[in-house]
Amino acid sequence: MVEGAKMSESKDVILGRIRGALKKEVSDKADDLLALPDILRSYEQQSSHSDEEKLHLFAERVSEYRAVTEIIAEEDTGERIRTICSESGVKSLVVPGGIDEKWVSTLDDGVRLLRDEPEPLTKEELNNSDAVLTGAFLGVAQTGTIILNAGTGQGRRVLTLLPDFHICVIRQEQIVGIIPQAIKKLDSTVIETGRPVTMISGPSATSDIELNRVEGVHGPRRLHVLVIKQKS
Amino acid sequence: MNKTTAHKPVPFEQSAGRYLADTQLRRNIGHAAQTIRAKRANAVNELSDWEDLREAGRLIKERVMNNLDSYLLQLEESVIKAGGHVHWATDGEDANRIITGLVKRKGVTEVVKVKSITTDEIKLNDALEKEGIHALETDLAELIVQLAGDEPSHILVPAIHKNRSEIRDLFKEKLNIEHLSDKPADLAEAARLYLRKNFLKATVGISGANFAVAETGTVVVVESEGNGRMCTTLPDTLITVMGIEKIIPKWQDFEVFMQLLPRSSTAERMNPYNNFWTGISDGDGPQEFHLILLDNGRTKVLADETGRQTLFCIRCSACLNVCPVYERTGGHAYHSVYPGPIGAILTPQLRGLQDQSAASLPYASSLCGACYEVCPVKINIPEVLVHLRGKVVEYKKEHGGIGHKTDTIHLGMKFMARTFQTRNRYERLQRLGKIGQKLFVKDGAISRLPGELAKWTSIRDVKPIPKQTFREWWRERK
Ligand code: SF4
Repeated sequence: MVEGAKMSESKDVILGRIRGALKKEVSDKADDLLALPDILRSYEQQSSHSDEEKLHLFAERVSEYRAVTEIIAEEDTGERIRTICSESGVKSLVVPGGIDEKWVSTLDDGVRLLRDEPEPLTKEELNNSDAVLTGAFLGVAQTGTIILNAGTGQGRRVLTLLPDFHICVIRQEQIVGIIPQAIKKLDSTVIETGRPVTMISGPSATSDIELNRVEGVHGPRRLHVLVIKQKS
Repeated sequence: MNKTTAHKPVPFEQSAGRYLADTQLRRNIGHAAQTIRAKRANAVNELSDWEDLREAGRLIKERVMNNLDSYLLQLEESVIKAGGHVHWATDGEDANRIITGLVKRKGVTEVVKVKSITTDEIKLNDALEKEGIHALETDLAELIVQLAGDEPSHILVPAIHKNRSEIRDLFKEKLNIEHLSDKPADLAEAARLYLRKNFLKATVGISGANFAVAETGTVVVVESEGNGRMCTTLPDTLITVMGIEKIIPKWQDFEVFMQLLPRSSTAERMNPYNNFWTGISDGDGPQEFHLILLDNGRTKVLADETGRQTLFCIRCSACLNVCPVYERTGGHAYHSVYPGPIGAILTPQLRGLQDQSAASLPYASSLCGACYEVCPVKINIPEVLVHLRGKVVEYKKEHGGIGHKTDTIHLGMKFMARTFQTRNRYERLQRLGKIGQKLFVKDGAISRLPGELAKWTSIRDVKPIPKQTFREWWRERK
């Protein structure tokens, strides 16, 4: 238990130093923090965009990160995914559990579906696959960001990481205007379920060599986003 | 990391001279700073509520610092509840010992790492290396720096001092690649292949953290390349090191920081990837998570009421890119993992003023205030700089002893004070000076003075006293 003893010692030392620095006595933490009024938040928390504006802003901003974006009708989804796979020579496509079966029911015969459920795929299988198809939890128009929360149709984090090509389908209803709205919608994911959250804004990039932006040092080098237009 | 270029810490004014002479470095840094500066301004101007966000950012961080003990305890509780482990480390040695112990228990000799200035601060890689554990840096730039046995020169673009052909030669030699062009895309591809192999077999990952939420225990790594995703997702065990000041109270606070940070740092609306995790998730990512809470001098900064705001820093590097001093000397001249204006106030406070090199940093500024203007959490860097200069002088007075009393600057200032006391003394000295300076004036300036006075002219030119002084001219006019 030497390690354990040393650890709680360090904890006491640090807390002692902090209280010394702040010139305060030992404080009861729960009461202390609850008693604080919320800070002034005068920044915007709602966006003024109409649904139509959000849709187009999202598509435009995602494209600016060198991702391909298309706005499509619900009934065309399967056909678009089929064409994208055939045009890009995708022979193996990873899909998470809970994916909308209509999206993958019309794939060409040559395309192998790699399902992560019920048996999870191995790292090697994922690494050797050509592409991954997922849904999303949210889109943010202002920043062109896709947010995954490991929910149904999105799967484990690693699924969208190892394949070189990510095809992501998102519905217009899932697009919010600005970041504060997205954070609010993630409340229950984080506070209640504790599931991981990944924000994706364009394909992997670096500007480490003489500040030239290069795609794909690690994550997927291609990102293709299909936005399903809301039925009016 | 085998450091082939271990820099000996010397005062800033000495090291700056060496880097000023390096034109490649100056060109790279100048180009980078200009590019990022313009981009950042665009990204920021797009938000009409930028000033409100800055204010909120500052208020949140201020609250954290004023209740740091309580928030740390809350964070600890949240992380444990979410299935993680929490360790407290008083200093770098303490942290390195904990981390090395954890890695050894896993029985591995190689770990993958995502860039973290905090782990550079505590020299974690060296500590691991001593125990026979190799830490592989997985950021493209960090990999370049590591392969070269060099030190990072910019928080955001650590390999800014290397150009593409230097990088190509390095990769060819160290990664055993026979044919390689110097196109950035090809260089990135070479790094991708090399690192991917290592990611797939890694069982322990080490990361820093940009923020950790006290309320939920959620930790985030903000990044561009995807190696942050790799390191925090692929290995079975994840070890994250964070300074105790990185806490934010609530999940909601990301409303503010997920806007402030990307626009200030990479000057984008959003950087490519943000990875948030809360303890462990069944079947998704690491099944063992350790969070190390590091003090290492931060509580000393906290104790100084003017200096305390230094801890608000979210390491965006915006202040570096607007700094006229940094733009000319680059990062290495600061002899610290924290370069630029933030380094000039953070390093002396972390290390203490007995460290001569650190104590010279508050003077590495013209106090132009550009850093304060761009800082997303409104740290008044010039105020802290001036405050620290005062402390340096006081420290010298207290600890300098007789050495300080006979110090040239001290004596010089005393002499000047006497001279300025009466008109007669002042004018007499001017007349003497006019005669004396004849020996030293060259092309209208004095660049070299003899003896002790040489210290003054070693870093600046002095204007000679004019043939006719203002006072003489005024008298003649009447
Ligand atoms: S001091 Fe401010 S501007 Fe500089 S790195 Fe820190 S947060 Fe950014």
